[in-house]
Amino acid sequence: MYKLFLRSLISVLFLLGFSLNANAEFKVGFVYVGPTGDHGWTYQHHEGRNAVEALGIKTTYVESVPEGADAERVIRQLAQSGHDLIFTTSFGYMDPTNKVAKDFPNVKFEHATGYKREHSNVSTYSARFYEGRTLLGHMAGKMTKTNTIGYIASFPIPEVIRGINAMTLAAQKVNPDIKTKIVWVFTWYDPGKESEAAQALIDQGADIIMQHTDSTAPVQVAEKAGVWSFGQASDMQRFAPKSILTSIIDDWAPYYVERAIAARDGTWKQQDTWHGLKEGMVAMAPYNSAMGSNLVKEVEQLQKDLASGKVHSFTGPIYDQKGNILVAEGAVADDGMLAGMNVYVKGVEGDIPQ
Amino acid sequence: MSFDLNFIGILVGAIMASSVPLILAASGELITERSGVLNLGVEGMMIIGAISGFALMVVTDNLFFAVVGSMLSGLIISLIFGLLTQSLLTNHVATGLALTIFGIGMSAMIGKNFVGIPGKEFPLLFVNLRESIPFLGPVFFGHSIILYFAFGLPFLTNYFLKKTKTGLIIRAVGDSPTSASNQGINVTLVRYSCILYGGAMCGLAGAYLSLIYTPQWIENMTGGRGWIALALVVFATWSPIKVLIGALIFGGITILQLHMQAVGLRIPVQLLSALPYIMTIIVLVVISRDSRKIKLNTPTSLGQIFYKEK
Repeated sequence: MYKLFLRSLISVLFLLGFSLNANAEFKVGFVYVGPTGDHGWTYQHHEGRNAVEALGIKTTYVESVPEGADAERVIRQLAQSGHDLIFTTSFGYMDPTNKVAKDFPNVKFEHATGYKREHSNVSTYSARFYEGRTLLGHMAGKMTKTNTIGYIASFPIPEVIRGINAMTLAAQKVNPDIKTKIVWVFTWYDPGKESEAAQALIDQGADIIMQHTDSTAPVQVAEKAGVWSFGQASDMQRFAPKSILTSIIDDWAPYYVERAIAARDGTWKQQDTWHGLKEGMVAMAPYNSAMGSNLVKEVEQLQKDLASGKVHSFTGPIYDQKGNILVAEGAVADDGMLAGMNVYVKGVEGDIPQ
Repeated sequence: MSFDLNFIGILVGAIMASSVPLILAASGELITERSGVLNLGVEGMMIIGAISGFALMVVTDNLFFAVVGSMLSGLIISLIFGLLTQSLLTNHVATGLALTIFGIGMSAMIGKNFVGIPGKEFPLLFVNLRESIPFLGPVFFGHSIILYFAFGLPFLTNYFLKKTKTGLIIRAVGDSPTSASNQGINVTLVRYSCILYGGAMCGLAGAYLSLIYTPQWIENMTGGRGWIALALVVFATWSPIKVLIGALIFGGITILQLHMQAVGLRIPVQLLSALPYIMTIIVLVVISRDSRKIKLNTPTSLGQIFYKEK
């Protein structure tokens, strides 16, 4: 405890010292939407930062930064205090990142999960989490007894809707009677609210709980209620050892290392990166043997096929809720369509909040 | 939505469980405010209570120590607020806000080593009665002892403020510290006690979250409940019973709207999410319309610094 305090004191003094002779050294900044201890989304970005730090590159991070006016202030401050490369790691930082980028043409910006690159010093990057969702859907469709999948959703953005659709399509493929029930909590991180949402879904008959929020609360509720669940962003297995079938893991470290080195060596160029299972930016935690070795083998095969491109998460025919065709038979959805996805596919209940 | 009686019972039980932290924190803050002190540090005291309770549970493996320890740590943190506002006469609002920021940061620092440790099962009372009686079983039984305490607390607080001498003294200090002081009451001492009591209740509210409701430690796990408790006190016009009603409505609609979404009712989700806040305010404003009663209940000197004339 005492040591921890001393250590933080020293690091604060250190940082102060550094900000006094700014620009002296190459520095990378990170902006996080949650606390580094969320064991989900932010935790994984922080692991990526640790990998950059391990190269001997100086890094700074600011955690729990709300998406909004505060974000711009924090990003601007990092840019002003001599950071050469800044990773902004949540969708809601899109506009603030571009705004600050305009005023700091010499600083490089990397925005996660967004699509706006208004200035030449802004790159975007994201992971094809939906490939992981396809695997979850396959397992969910096979494992459910009530044919009801409960889905805790955060905000109605393409990223989240894509995940819901990919999961539902895969589940329908193995179990045509499947229903996806969705609860929107309008937060990335509120353990209390997330667990209430999980409980409501279970009370409404869901025996599979999936989340697109960042805390471990939903899997713990699932564990207690004796239903299946899936971890989000990092391996949440130890929070619900019986209930978790697998977790989708975001592995940002290789990308962060690559981009940090490029920026340091002056080879950094604007780009739009969207990596998936193939490149390892999306990885799967070990599969729970409780689902039986046959299903594990099936899923492992599917994972390989998704990685090799043999199978695509969005292969036609795909219909929207009204029955209009979205993707023709035999075709696959292109990246443009995936990036802007804002309709549910057939079989998802309810409306997307507008 | 399925409408069998037992399901409704389970729902009511869940609503009661979700309103416990609000009731505890708001009841504590109510006493503090009735003595004329505005402590905006509720969120900070709650989060400190949450981490201390959880840390003690892990270290001592004893839930009793954990609960008592969380109250003590809430009390200690509120003592800082007391020293600053009562002895050093700093501004209540600024000090309270600082306390919240301090509490959140401090808890994150202490909590670094406690992230990712699963919680311990908290004993629930009358579990077999819960199973055997339809509807009433899940409503009244199978809860933790803290829930029963929380639901008794507003009535005790009401009795204490209205019928006991100490309660009268607290109200007198809150309404007019100068007259109370002239009557020979030690205003500073009374306010200190009320601040400490409020701190202990907020600590307990935090421990309820980290030990019972979502048994684990996660940074920022109070998620703004301290601010809602603060707002409840004001909208309930400093009446303990109305605090209880407000907390139940808030907890109730929060949970009901999640169920409505899960059922797939075609109501805009944003409206549903805002509903707990809107309904709580509307109901509390409607039931607290009597301006005479508001005047009677409002601590006139709330947030003002008291200088004792020498």
